[in-house]
Amino acid sequence: MPFSDQQSAGPLMTRAHEYFRRGTANAEGWSMLIDRHRRSEAFYRDRWSHDKIVRSTHGVNCTGSCSWNVYVKDGLITWETQATDYPRTDPDRPDHEPRGCPRGASFSWYTYSPARLKHPLVRGGLLERWREARAGGADPVAAWAQIAADGSHKAQRGRGGFVRATWEEVTELVAAATVQTIKEHGPDRVTGFTPIPAMSPVSFAAGSRFLGLIGAGMLSFYDWYADLPAASPQVFGDQTDVPESADWWDASYLMIWGTNLPMTRTPDAHFMTEARYRGQKVVVVSPDYSDHVKFADDWLPAQPGTDGALAMAMGHVILSEFWVKRRVPRFEEYARSYSDLPLLVTLRQRDGAYVTDRFLTAADIGEGGKNTQFKTCVLDDRTGRPAVPNGSAGFRWGEEGKGRWNLLLDGIEPVLSLHDRSDADVVAIDLPRFDIGETEGGGVMRRGVPAMRVGEMLVTTVLDLMLATYGVARDGLPGDWPQGYDDASLPYTPAWQEAITGVDRRMATKVAREFARNAEVSGGRSMICMGAGTNHWFHSDETYRAFIALLVLCGCVGVNGGGWAHYVGQEKIRTLAGWQTIAGALDWRRPPRQGQGTSWYYTHTEQWRYDRFRLEQFASPLARGVFDGQTAIDAHAKAVRLGWMPGLPTFGRNPLDLADEAQASGTDPVAHVVQELKSGRLRFAIDDPSAPASWPRVFFVWRSNLLGSSGKGQEYFLRHLLGAEKDAVMADELTGDDQPGGVTVSTDAPRGKLDLLVSIDFRMTTTGIYSDVVLPAATWYEKYDLSMTDMHPFVHSFNQAVPPPWECRSDWDAFKAISEAFSTLAADHLGTRRDLVASPIAHDTPGELAQPGGRALDWRAGECEPVPGVSMPNLQIIERDYAAIAEQFVSLGPLMEALGSTVKSASWKPVEEVAWLAAKNGIAANGRPSLERPQQVAEAMLALSGVTNGRIATEGFRSLQERCGVPLADLAERSEEARITFQDTQVQPRRVITSPEWSGIDEAGRSYAAFTINVERHKPWHTLSGRMHCYLDHEWMLEYGEALPAYRPPLDFRRMLEGGRPVVRDGIPEIQLRYITPHSKWSIHSEYQDNLHMLTLFRGGSGIWMSPEDAAAIGVGDNDWIEAYNRNGVVATRAVVSHRVPRGMCLLYHSKDRHINTPRSEITGTRGGTENSLTTITMKPTHMIGAYGQLSWGQNYYGPTGANRDSVAIIRKRTAEVTF
Amino acid sequence: MRVRSQMSMVMNLDKCIGCHTCSVTCKQVWTNRPGTEYVWFNNVETKPGLGYPKRWSDQEHYNGGWTLDKKGRLRLKGGGRIKKLASIFANPDLPLIDDYYEPWTYDYETLVNAPLSDIDPTARPHSQLTGKPTDVTWGPNWDEGLAGGPKTAMSDPLLADMQEQVRMTYEQAFMFFLPRICEHCLNPSCVASCPSGAMYKREEDGIVLVDQDRCRGWRYCVSGCPYKKVYFNHSTGKAEKCTMCFPRIEVGQPTICSETCVGRIRYLGLVLYDADRIEEAASVPDERDLLDSQLSVFLDPNDPEVCAAARADGIPEDWLEHARRSPVYDLAVRWRVALPLHPEFRTMPMVWYVPPLSPVVSTLEQDGYEADPDDIFGAIDHLRIPQQYLANLLSAGDTEVIRGVLHRLAAMRAYMRKREVLGQTDDTLPQAVAMTGPELERMYRLLAIANYEDRY
Repeated sequence: MPFSDQQSAGPLMTRAHEYFRRGTANAEGWSMLIDRHRRSEAFYRDRWSHDKIVRSTHGVNCTGSCSWNVYVKDGLITWETQATDYPRTDPDRPDHEPRGCPRGASFSWYTYSPARLKHPLVRGGLLERWREARAGGADPVAAWAQIAADGSHKAQRGRGGFVRATWEEVTELVAAATVQTIKEHGPDRVTGFTPIPAMSPVSFAAGSRFLGLIGAGMLSFYDWYADLPAASPQVFGDQTDVPESADWWDASYLMIWGTNLPMTRTPDAHFMTEARYRGQKVVVVSPDYSDHVKFADDWLPAQPGTDGALAMAMGHVILSEFWVKRRVPRFEEYARSYSDLPLLVTLRQRDGAYVTDRFLTAADIGEGGKNTQFKTCVLDDRTGRPAVPNGSAGFRWGEEGKGRWNLLLDGIEPVLSLHDRSDADVVAIDLPRFDIGETEGGGVMRRGVPAMRVGEMLVTTVLDLMLATYGVARDGLPGDWPQGYDDASLPYTPAWQEAITGVDRRMATKVAREFARNAEVSGGRSMICMGAGTNHWFHSDETYRAFIALLVLCGCVGVNGGGWAHYVGQEKIRTLAGWQTIAGALDWRRPPRQGQGTSWYYTHTEQWRYDRFRLEQFASPLARGVFDGQTAIDAHAKAVRLGWMPGLPTFGRNPLDLADEAQASGTDPVAHVVQELKSGRLRFAIDDPSAPASWPRVFFVWRSNLLGSSGKGQEYFLRHLLGAEKDAVMADELTGDDQPGGVTVSTDAPRGKLDLLVSIDFRMTTTGIYSDVVLPAATWYEKYDLSMTDMHPFVHSFNQAVPPPWECRSDWDAFKAISEAFSTLAADHLGTRRDLVASPIAHDTPGELAQPGGRALDWRAGECEPVPGVSMPNLQIIERDYAAIAEQFVSLGPLMEALGSTVKSASWKPVEEVAWLAAKNGIAANGRPSLERPQQVAEAMLALSGVTNGRIATEGFRSLQERCGVPLADLAERSEEARITFQDTQVQPRRVITSPEWSGIDEAGRSYAAFTINVERHKPWHTLSGRMHCYLDHEWMLEYGEALPAYRPPLDFRRMLEGGRPVVRDGIPEIQLRYITPHSKWSIHSEYQDNLHMLTLFRGGSGIWMSPEDAAAIGVGDNDWIEAYNRNGVVATRAVVSHRVPRGMCLLYHSKDRHINTPRSEITGTRGGTENSLTTITMKPTHMIGAYGQLSWGQNYYGPTGANRDSVAIIRKRTAEVTF
Repeated sequence: MRVRSQMSMVMNLDKCIGCHTCSVTCKQVWTNRPGTEYVWFNNVETKPGLGYPKRWSDQEHYNGGWTLDKKGRLRLKGGGRIKKLASIFANPDLPLIDDYYEPWTYDYETLVNAPLSDIDPTARPHSQLTGKPTDVTWGPNWDEGLAGGPKTAMSDPLLADMQEQVRMTYEQAFMFFLPRICEHCLNPSCVASCPSGAMYKREEDGIVLVDQDRCRGWRYCVSGCPYKKVYFNHSTGKAEKCTMCFPRIEVGQPTICSETCVGRIRYLGLVLYDADRIEEAASVPDERDLLDSQLSVFLDPNDPEVCAAARADGIPEDWLEHARRSPVYDLAVRWRVALPLHPEFRTMPMVWYVPPLSPVVSTLEQDGYEADPDDIFGAIDHLRIPQQYLANLLSAGDTEVIRGVLHRLAAMRAYMRKREVLGQTDDTLPQAVAMTGPELERMYRLLAIANYEDRY
């Protein structure tokens, strides 16, 4: 800034038109200088003044994680502005400052807003009953038993009538309910939900640590939110790892495909806008002319949900022009080392042709050694024979593989294609296509591949299968091949996609060619940013695999400026190791009890009773019939019993009683449980999902608005899980043969399973409104915590600008109080108990070698023996001292040093760190390092993670390099002495250290890009082959026809309307539109849409965007009240008519919620719902696969997603008067 | 020559992401108080659209700014002293509250306090002016993102002479964002309109302020400002406006809107100008000459004579240094890629804008199959935002000016791409836009790297 202090009141310039005062005119007589005081300027100087500025951030699941200055005056928070003191990367690239957005800038509004929760609240009827039951000092646990048995409080949920209570009274009530539930039903009937640890890991850990210690279940969120890109574990064997936004700067060709960067990545969008000046071309694929289209050089307006078709056509162009007509040495070299394109796949005969089967493995060619069924093969050009390169899962586990888990080819020259080889024949194969056919399973196309014999088996390469799939003809191959780009009759040409997506075939061709050419000349700097717009679909994994294939074919993954950049909900808990330890209470007990969100909600909100999608309708016509007659819940039940996925509650009995019984059986307790299961005397809870013995009973939700925001099928939640009096479900339950066959279907669908719903928040939302107990939380400017994400390489701190006002408490303090009340009651009622914990077979453990060949053998059907950890879940008996929970909660447990940490095959023992923490944090009553206060918890997380502790990163890399046999430790050794403490983060955002917790390199002068360690150091991906997988050979993948990338259309939305109570056809015109729920510009991520500033900056509430043509068709004008409905529920809102939106679709921004200006629906009379009133959970069975390589369980790593884009809404104008 | 220094701003619309952070931080700091609920010193508008207040740039309606009389002399469009005195109790040119919007809030308390009822509570809107329940029908950003497009955007005054060319259809959709603050004009019509002499332009930095002690609430500043950036505080009864955050500027900090601009589109800098030449420059007969005439008033801070005169006029040495390093001078004067907003209002505004690029019109992309993949940028004549539209906003309708700027931006991108991707230096690109390679690179660094110390 140019100015020094210039406060003196000097001579003034003013205007000739002043009436009463005149000064000296200037040369033209036009203006004059006037001398007078300027005292009134003091008004604005006073307004600007403040007492202190405190650095904090926002704990919202937006992936922004920005550093903010919070201003305090007279003890009150006044406003916030972005911090601008980020460490700098490099003088030749833009800095990160200032990071933030209008949502963040208006957050302080919540501090003193009238919707702020100030005191503990309990629903009036419940509190009255509680006080009656407790009268005369009656035992709290017995009191709760009485209330739970009565259950009459459930019908009052959502209807107002909260009463203020004290923390003491409320924590006792909550503790009594928890103790009583554990005692009568089991700890796995207590469940917690909170999302996204990276946005405030200490607050996350508060509840999850308490729940972990007592043996309650924690549900996953990333898959439930549908933000998990299932393609990532499928292709990379990694949950998600992506470039930070500063790496967009390195891209010289950027496709933005399903993520609205300026709107949802506001803090970092400038890296894209600025990179354009460096010569980056930006291409946007979007159905509507949205904010990001403004920055495009080319806009490809693909119809919603058809992105996979466009991507497949681009793959057709790239394979044709860069792999067949001309070959690019860099692309081929890259593919040989890092992709599965040269791997050999066996072919199986079927109906006069072949179909693809599984990978050829070392076991097939008679190689000796261990784990041979998990060692994939290539054809070695030197010998003309199959060879086994290093790096596959078979080398990852066991002594024999030590030093060979790497991607060095060691002299092997993998053949990419068998075409034109004298030792290969030509055969016809049948491949699935999904754009035609009677069902959503699609049809068949017959094409040729070159193939050769290996012993009895016929094999070809993945590249040859890709060329056949994409329809790229080569000389001498039989089958139906498109006649060129203009041939629209066969997949996957530019003309073929044009008919589906609406994108001009020439534009599609041009962009594909430019994309690949750019990668060729720039060394892989072509990037695709993708997100909810393409990921929230039922078949998004296939769409994403089509995107990623483009990147693999052009050598872009693991390159700065290249690769996939998935941006929805992928907030990255950089301090993974430290967080995981404390959040899971792994320092006291392992394993924690984990649940999978989507399937849990699907089951317990009874949505499976209404689900009209049957699995065989999606199975490929080439399938063997594994899914015949199956529904999603049948597949889920199977996945639970095969050890693929968790189910909570797990068994139809209390696991504490079960452990006692097993212990008393006189035999090995685990063997006893296996025997009980095998005999059928013991059943999994999922086998009888509606039985009271399978119900969840107590539910905690914090840092989340589950009901108002993420609850797909919201009205089913209200009806079945909560038993609320009113809901807007209009669907009919399945009857007769349509019902699931693999589980018990009771006749009466239960209503009101939960005895107690507790929510902790700082504002009243729909979740709070429907809770029994609402506890007032500290806001983000009133507590200490950490924050981080993958959008930037920094660790931030939350700090107290002011102490929590009224009776608010930080999440840590709230759960500490609950744990104290719990332990007090548990001492008498529970004492020390044994708990039988069943956990799925996990990824990144030797368990991923459990089920060779990816065959789904069912022990219950007698196809194999039930063996824990092999063909069924791991079973362990754990001891819990329930009276000691409070003490354990606030201290770091002894397993830390005893067992250490293992993250993604890197291990260390933080002995030094525990000693350091004991000194830094002080000692708790039990002699362990204290975790009494949130700052101490944050300190522990930083000390126990590689990204913030160079010693741990180095020790981890050393252990990993021993396994890999390639140098890795040097990546962290230069930072071995570096530590980031909590105080450091309070001073300035701190740049993290390269750590084996993640796949990229964090170093000075460079942006973070995922998988750079894999590419630069030849460290394998965590997949079956160690390479990126275009081909997936699990039996269920083959059944679904998804062994390879393909275009699968959005779900047939007619099923969204079938089987519902018809709305009275009263002559009001209606229109059916594809229903899209993207992220909003005016809410803080997907939740905080009730902020007055944000509501003022648009239209004061939600609205459904629709095209002028569609609006006109039903007589709707801009801002008219409308109702949108389908069988799942109804939304009452207003119309936003805009030519930005194409015909045939409408947009309702996520999250709408229903507590702001939402009238009663004229269709149902209920409160017009949220965007999720029109959605429902649909589960894809391929997401349930487990125990096989990268397709193995990890919480938030793999599991069915809560897809929400495949829906349809019927829209009509509201005719009745608006009432509230 | 009388040398004055002016604190001025450039906003790069080509980088603006339309996030409105500037609006919110400004609102929170300055107008988050009774009487100014509806006031946004800084707002962001979607173009095409009506803006805030509605159709503010239509001076046939609002009569703001200056005009030339029959003799070619500069006159307030809203009329002189006599007319004002005649209409002092009923100013017909004032915007109504509905032209802005009626501010509202919600009965949020009901969410917590609602008694047991038959249905879940919802918070309803009520007016912040009357306290009564209201039906929200307009706001400060009602037509954001082309909302209500066909109905409202066609009334955008910038489209008045373009009805034949522009349709509000999906196929022709285009948009960009226009953040606006007070222009702190060299020739401010608000100051000239004030009957009380309460408005003034600070000599040292050119910031235009309302003296809160002297303001009598006549509101002629409101109608006199063609940008509608002076507001009436209905609680104090005084006018208020953007202060260019002078309490921050005075201690060496950028304005709130600039520092919190996440798109990093804003530049602050000093410009020296000759105060004796304002009237002459604002009075050129042809509106299309106003850009050049305004530029001619600016003084070259590297010219020794200018520096000598500036020192004589009391401008300190470090201010001269900052005028020499001014990004505003570089962008507006040296490279001429930033343009004034509605120069035809003749107020000589001092917040300038780099016009936006936009996607090519896909219907013109007919060469996909033969396209050369090494030549990837579309021609600027094929961009979706009509050049006439930008010209109506930033160059008094002169499309050649717009073309000139867009050409320079395009040349910069092509030049840098060749260098960064292919490792080649192509001097024909800067030459075609009358620049040198090093100049183009300096411009690139200022626009693309744009670090804190370069922006302010």
